[in-house]
Amino acid sequence: MTALLDLGPHAGFILSSYAITLATIAGLFLWLRMDRARLVTALERLEAQGVRRRSGRSATGNGAGPRTATGSGR
Amino acid sequence: MAIADLANPTRFMALSGRLLPWLGIACALAFAAGLYMTFFVAPDDYQQGATVKIMFLHVPAAWLAMMCYSVMAVSALGTLIWKHPLADVSARAAAPIGAAFTFLSLITGSLWGKPMWGTYWVWDARLTSVLVLFIMYLGLIALWRTVEDPIRAGKATAVLTLVGAINLPIIKFSVDWWNTLHQPASVVRLDGPAIHPTILWPLLVMALAFTLLFFTLHMMAMRNEVLRRRLRTLQLGAASARTATARPQAAE
Amino acid sequence: MSGPTPAGTWVGALFARELRLSVRVGGGALIGVLFFLAVITVIPFGVGPDLNLLARIGPAVLWIGALLATLLGLDRLFQADRDDGSLDLMLMAGRPLELVVLVKCLAHWAGTGLPLVIAAPVLAIFLNLEPLATGAVTLTLAVGTPALTLIGAIGAALTVSLRRGGLLLAVLVIPFSIPVLIFGVSAADAAITDPTPFLTPFLFLCALTLVASVVGPFAAAMALRFSSD
Repeated sequence: MTALLDLGPHAGFILSSYAITLATIAGLFLWLRMDRARLVTALERLEAQGVRRRSGRSATGNGAGPRTATGSGR
Repeated sequence: MAIADLANPTRFMALSGRLLPWLGIACALAFAAGLYMTFFVAPDDYQQGATVKIMFLHVPAAWLAMMCYSVMAVSALGTLIWKHPLADVSARAAAPIGAAFTFLSLITGSLWGKPMWGTYWVWDARLTSVLVLFIMYLGLIALWRTVEDPIRAGKATAVLTLVGAINLPIIKFSVDWWNTLHQPASVVRLDGPAIHPTILWPLLVMALAFTLLFFTLHMMAMRNEVLRRRLRTLQLGAASARTATARPQAAE
Repeated sequence: MSGPTPAGTWVGALFARELRLSVRVGGGALIGVLFFLAVITVIPFGVGPDLNLLARIGPAVLWIGALLATLLGLDRLFQADRDDGSLDLMLMAGRPLELVVLVKCLAHWAGTGLPLVIAAPVLAIFLNLEPLATGAVTLTLAVGTPALTLIGAIGAALTVSLRRGGLLLAVLVIPFSIPVLIFGVSAADAAITDPTPFLTPFLFLCALTLVASVVGPFAAAMALRFSSD
């Protein structure tokens, strides 16, 4: 019918190689996005607790202090 | 000095944040054109039939596997010689991407080999070299994950990357030599007398698309890596501040 | 503070120290030979006791056995010195670290690689090798195993600060040892079977050893400096 459907006797190999490539690239892309989302939320949580970049002062939290460094506790 | 400007991670984050969407759009356009040409323009090869379409993935993936290693080697030089703060980030971001494309090159190569050679794997010189490259990528990633301190890990892997860059031509040469010794030269080869333009153009467009994809993914990974280091310094700072407030007598 | 000693003196002293440490109890030099013997012994259980087959794959088996035995001994190259602090002294001694690494590698080879080379003709009997093939394998091992040690020094230096670096070391070093294996086995095979010349792969093997004696100490010294600061 169309050129797309006429892949000859080895259609399975061609389609599976394209599928594996797509899956790998999509996997990489999603992994990078999820990694970014995780990092951004962790950074935001730290900033909300008063930890700032390049600031000499210590975090002024009284009870929340011990939990900040453990990271993904919550 | 553009490179010197980029040395500042904050400036890099701002610039790459603006650049990234455009890179992604260019990459998507190149893939659309490349896939269209692959499936609707490029004819079947007289020898390989429709399986030549696998080559439009295999060749760019193999090209990226090598290019990614050269990016890492240049970054390793940047780490060791110029102590550039982003060189380390770039090398670390490139390693998993390079491993993924080397993996793709191996998989598509063996999927092409099954109909052409009758078996998924032959100890062909090129496939074997790519397999060695894959092991080297995984070794580099393993070394990175094993050493705790990121700065020290970056320097160690930079040394290993450069040793690999020196050794890769030697490995390639010896594997070629070994292959001519053992292999009867009767396999179907891609580099025939000449590649016809109807095949060559889609191949070039796909190679461009893959290259753009690499730069997009690499930039994303670098941005993540900068964030990860920022988070690490914040956490370390918070931890030391916490110990300082917890024991005020000790500080005085 | 006396004046600087002549270069030959401290090189000789270091070589003697390393060699003495590696052949003493706990040095592990003879354990490498024992491992070599064990590998050669299990091969016939894997491929069957066919003497013709064993004679054909014999050189390759001996080479792979020697490669594995060398890899296993490599983590001792810097680990013990780091544990007792003498590595830091060597780093601070003001001697060229590349030369120190080279001397350490040569002593390590003399302690662990040379016994493998000497054991190879004996183990070749188990594999039904002809005298000519035995000589060829021994000669290629004698030329090629220093390259394995020198390349392995890079991996040993990179993994010196890790607690369980031995396995990672092997994974890092094996890709770089492929050329040595290829030309070593090819030269040994060429002496037995075909009219293919023995000298071509053998000279390549010599070249690899020379390249490794430059690249190995430099990269290993760089890695050691980075791991210490």
